[in-house]
Amino acid sequence: MTLERRRALAVIAAAAAGGAAFLFIGEASGEPTAERIVVAGGDLTEIVFALGLGDRVVGVDQTSTWPPEATSRSQIGYVRRVSPEGILSLAPDLVLVAHDAGPDIAFEQLEAAGVRVARAPEADTADEIAEKIAFVGSSLGRSAEAEQMARQMSDALNEIRAKVATLEGRPPRVLFILSFQSGAPLIGGTETTADRMITLAGGENAGASVSGYKPMSREAIIAAAPDIVLMMSQHAERFGGIETILARPEIALTPAGQAGRAVAMDGMLLLGFGPRTPEAIAELARALHAERAVAAGL
Amino acid sequence: MEAAIEARRRLRVPTIAGLSLLVVGLALAGLALGPVDIAPSRVIATLAGGGSAAESAIIWQIRLPRIVLGLATGAALAVAGAALQGVLRNPLADPGLIGVTGGASLGAVATIVLGSTIAGQLPEPIRPWLLPIAAFLGAALVIAFVFALARRGGETSVATLILAGVAVNAIAGAAIGAFVYVSDDSQLRDLTFWTMGALGGAGWPLVLVAACLVSIALPALLGRARDLDLFQLGERAAFHAGLDIERSKRVIGLSVAVAVGGVTAAAGPIGFIGLVAPHLVRLAIGPRHALLLPASALTGMALVLAADLAVRLAVPPAEPPIGLATSLIGGPFFLWLLLRGGRGRYA
Repeated sequence: MTLERRRALAVIAAAAAGGAAFLFIGEASGEPTAERIVVAGGDLTEIVFALGLGDRVVGVDQTSTWPPEATSRSQIGYVRRVSPEGILSLAPDLVLVAHDAGPDIAFEQLEAAGVRVARAPEADTADEIAEKIAFVGSSLGRSAEAEQMARQMSDALNEIRAKVATLEGRPPRVLFILSFQSGAPLIGGTETTADRMITLAGGENAGASVSGYKPMSREAIIAAAPDIVLMMSQHAERFGGIETILARPEIALTPAGQAGRAVAMDGMLLLGFGPRTPEAIAELARALHAERAVAAGL
Repeated sequence: MEAAIEARRRLRVPTIAGLSLLVVGLALAGLALGPVDIAPSRVIATLAGGGSAAESAIIWQIRLPRIVLGLATGAALAVAGAALQGVLRNPLADPGLIGVTGGASLGAVATIVLGSTIAGQLPEPIRPWLLPIAAFLGAALVIAFVFALARRGGETSVATLILAGVAVNAIAGAAIGAFVYVSDDSQLRDLTFWTMGALGGAGWPLVLVAACLVSIALPALLGRARDLDLFQLGERAAFHAGLDIERSKRVIGLSVAVAVGGVTAAAGPIGFIGLVAPHLVRLAIGPRHALLLPASALTGMALVLAADLAVRLAVPPAEPPIGLATSLIGGPFFLWLLLRGGRGRYA
């Protein structure tokens, strides 16, 4: 375990301890609190658990895979297609929803039934994660702890950015493959979280010729000449593992395929834009830059 | 053969009565059952206006609109399917075949992908209506186009109608594909789920509009039962029997567009009902349209309500798409009827 990762864990541990210490302060400050929380959005679930309120979470959506104990909560299904009555059956007093959760009518119906619904702001860049943490804090009556956690997260983020900036040499060209849609790889282009993470970790997005997640032809992939292939580990397994993917004809002919360089990371860690994002950037930077990352102190 | 017809005739009254009871039973079950346990006495109290805020919201805002939309959707799709199968004399006809569903889907998908650009220029109250209006217009335009294309020298050719429908479906499919390609991640997820259909996504205003459209179009279709019987003899024979076949085709086409466009706009494309409900009824009580149409409506309602109950209760608090359940419930049942009835009887 590297120093950085230990530090990231310490941040989470400190926040959890802080959550316990501030238990009474938060609830005395007049902010609304919640005893039974349903969360639709994996990033929000991570924040609630990191604030030490995981035991109040009674239901989560499919994207809530971290921390592992979150998966033992009732499953409300897909974040864009939640069932209002299903959520009501969990008798929540607060429903925390991601900016893209839906359908809208479900949340109108929940509010009609007297349940508080709080919709998180969209975190388009890593800096906006702090706003998301603050939002969760104020929704749960834990503003003070959340502010502290957000500050620590921002510090960790800036520290890692500073180290990434010291990396020398040509940035590696990284191709993010979301999945293989009927055979053609679905590439993370610009305007995607994958693109932001690659940039933050000091790489160059080899898929920047497209915008959004788009299928890319075999020749275009060879022309993009990625040095490294990046995938979510869940998807890499589904498509036969890293070895099989590197052996695909369009990948085998690229520098990544020839050098056998591929990185698989947990999807929520890599793309979640949650409290673990500084940790994720550091992990990705180590995978992309190998010994140069060690030299930069990552 | 005579005996078989006689047996079916004897089945008619019990079948209609049984189906009506089944629909009423399923509607009551739809009110009483859900992931949240509400005792039947509380359901009645809530309907009488005496429930708590949460109970009222669940019964009035969540369960009741779903049931109304389920009834409208089941009836519209099944009767539209029966009428199209009759007028086109094609057992494979359903609202999807002549492109109605494809047109509605294209309208909806276009709204999901381009909506944010267009919606910004529209006044606030209209925005939530954009998708249903686009879906309805898509369905209506396709029907108008297909019927206009099939009309040559004052006559509507059934073969051209079906082929034009196939072509329109292909074009709509390609256009949807293009929208899928340019859509971003969240739009893509929206439209994937829209194309699976759902009764839970519509609130009262939309449900009532859909129900109104269906209640305008259904009587028009039910009133054409004799025309549809005559169409079975062939268009020439129907014409010589005194039927204004052109007018009849236009009324049926327009009514199908209104009914299917209305429910597809509110619930998304729900497959299978329009194709199979009429066949289920024909197997049970024969092809006479005066009975086939209302019995199809009841069968369609029962199938949709049963499917909706199934998805609601299967894995709470989550809810799978209803399209999965309509096929899972209806498919095996249909196969069972086919096998039980013997292959010779049904051609």
